[in-house]
Amino acid sequence: MTVDSDVEPGRPEAIKAVPVRHPGRWLGAAVILVLIAMFVHFLVTSKALEWPEQWKYLFSDPVLKGVRNTIWLTVAAMIGAIVFGIVLALMRMSENPLLRGAAFVYLWFFRGTPLYTQLLIWGAIGSLLPTIGVGIPFGPEFHTWKTQELVNVALAAALGLILNEAAYMAEIVRAGIQSVDEGQTEAASALGMSRLQTLRRIVLPQSMRVIVPPTGNETISMLKNTSLVVAVPYSELTFTAQTIYASTYKIIPMLVMACLWYLLLSSILMVGQFYLERYYARGTSRSAEARQRIRFRGGGGGQ
Amino acid sequence: MNVQKDPAGERSSADTGPMVKAEQVHKSFGRVEVLKGIDLEVRRGEVMCVIGPSGSGKSTFLRCINHLEKINAGRLWVNGHLVGYREKGGKLYELRDREVAAQRREIGMVFQRFNLFPHMTALDNIMEAPLRVKRQPKAQVKERGLALLERVGLADKAQSYPAQLSGGQQQRVAIARALAMEPALMLFDEPTSALDPELVGDVLEVMKQLARDGMTMVVVTHEMGFAREVGDSLVFMDGGVVVEAGTPRDVIARPQHPRTQDFLSKVL
Ligand SMILES: Nc1ncnc2c1ncn2[C@@H]1O[C@H](COP(=O)(O)OP(=O)(O)OP(=O)(O)O)[C@@H](O)[C@H]1O
Ligand SMILES: [Mg+2]
Repeated sequence: MTVDSDVEPGRPEAIKAVPVRHPGRWLGAAVILVLIAMFVHFLVTSKALEWPEQWKYLFSDPVLKGVRNTIWLTVAAMIGAIVFGIVLALMRMSENPLLRGAAFVYLWFFRGTPLYTQLLIWGAIGSLLPTIGVGIPFGPEFHTWKTQELVNVALAAALGLILNEAAYMAEIVRAGIQSVDEGQTEAASALGMSRLQTLRRIVLPQSMRVIVPPTGNETISMLKNTSLVVAVPYSELTFTAQTIYASTYKIIPMLVMACLWYLLLSSILMVGQFYLERYYARGTSRSAEARQRIRFRGGGGGQ
Repeated sequence: MNVQKDPAGERSSADTGPMVKAEQVHKSFGRVEVLKGIDLEVRRGEVMCVIGPSGSGKSTFLRCINHLEKINAGRLWVNGHLVGYREKGGKLYELRDREVAAQRREIGMVFQRFNLFPHMTALDNIMEAPLRVKRQPKAQVKERGLALLERVGLADKAQSYPAQLSGGQQQRVAIARALAMEPALMLFDEPTSALDPELVGDVLEVMKQLARDGMTMVVVTHEMGFAREVGDSLVFMDGGVVVEAGTPRDVIARPQHPRTQDFLSKVL
């Protein structure tokens, strides 16, 4: 509440009371400040961190290559998982029980086994499926490839992440689609829009408000889960750091350096998520400024 | 309205036959039969008002007309076309999704809860179907969209999102959205019953204008004043059947059936 400064005649005097003291808050703040000071002191003086060593490698070619691999894996895995996740979500909501069942079994398997184990399997995919062929099921094949040659480690790593993440995205997409009022689909049908048009133009854009925040979280987890493709094995940021300290023995500096890169990348993702959420929230509140105010004040209640 | 029994069917010319013809329309949800044989006919240019107690099947019947619900028995024609099916050699074939969508383009529908697309501005709501479904050129669609907004008295709200509009304004945008597809028939399902009383008038005014322009309309409503003033016919439904039908003046002033008398005594 704001208090008008110009006093109207007959209006009671504005309240000037002695505010309640909060000694607990002051104590808490003091403890936090001391801890921060200790941490900064540690960062500056610790010998184990070896900042010059980190600096030497931070922008070195192998590390940059590792960062590039981490980035493309994250992007490819999320795009693939979102597309496939939408398909799985539609299958789960299908009227065809066979499609529903297939999607359910898929989710059951990929959510029920660890990602690391799945990636190890992808690394050994050649012994699971020695060849891949195009042809008639149970009949003759027109062309056959050696799996080892067709699925290189990069592809195996990406597929491993995509297929796993798709199972989680499917549930997020399904929750999003189900959050859209049925009246929307009816209105679109009544206008003569096809099912696909209704999904693409009406239902999905509205479900984005529900889909984007958890997908942002998934993307940030994915950034870090890419480090598991060491199981394939495929070389990304963490694996590169490991390779470097295997010869220099500077373990902590290299791992902290990797953390710095992860922090930078996840910060960028968080900024992107903020703008994406704001974009998909359009039309949901009375005015754009009201939305801003609520976000920055954290609830729009009293100050 | 006249309830005649001869099969008007597809042979009747599309331009002169009735706009809507229902013959013994039955509809069940699971084991519950909601429509128990509806017979009625809406002429071109006619405004038919439908009244009846809650749960009598009014909404269900409207939804059958544009095939949002499949009927279980009977026949339903709109503009000379059998709704949802093709009849060949005495057998019915279900229409494909694409063909059903094409049929719905002839029919505009206005819902009790507006159902505007909240992520689009008022103008985009109106332009969406002509652009995506009819694939008309954008400039032309926009021009007509603005004209329609003008017609419903909301020329200054083109860029507003539904959440920024009052209920009455939203409903008028919804009417404009339906009109943008240039339908031959408009269905209204209690278009004013979700509105504050002071907003009802604006929406009814738009509907009256539409009626004066010669639009064929089926209006489920509790606005007896509107029915009396604008309606050409009044149908009273109860328990999934048409209990009584006639001119609004006759039905309201001299209801024949005791159930109609009972209902009218409650709403008037
Ligand atoms: N999708 C559905 N599944 C099951 N039952 C339904 C469904 N839609 C409607 N019904 C039932 O059909 C009956 C008629 O419903 P309908 O909505 O047509 O009534 P109405 O005359 O429009 O009533 P109101 O004035 O309350 O809108 C009701 O008993 C309702 O519960
Ligand atoms: Mg109803």
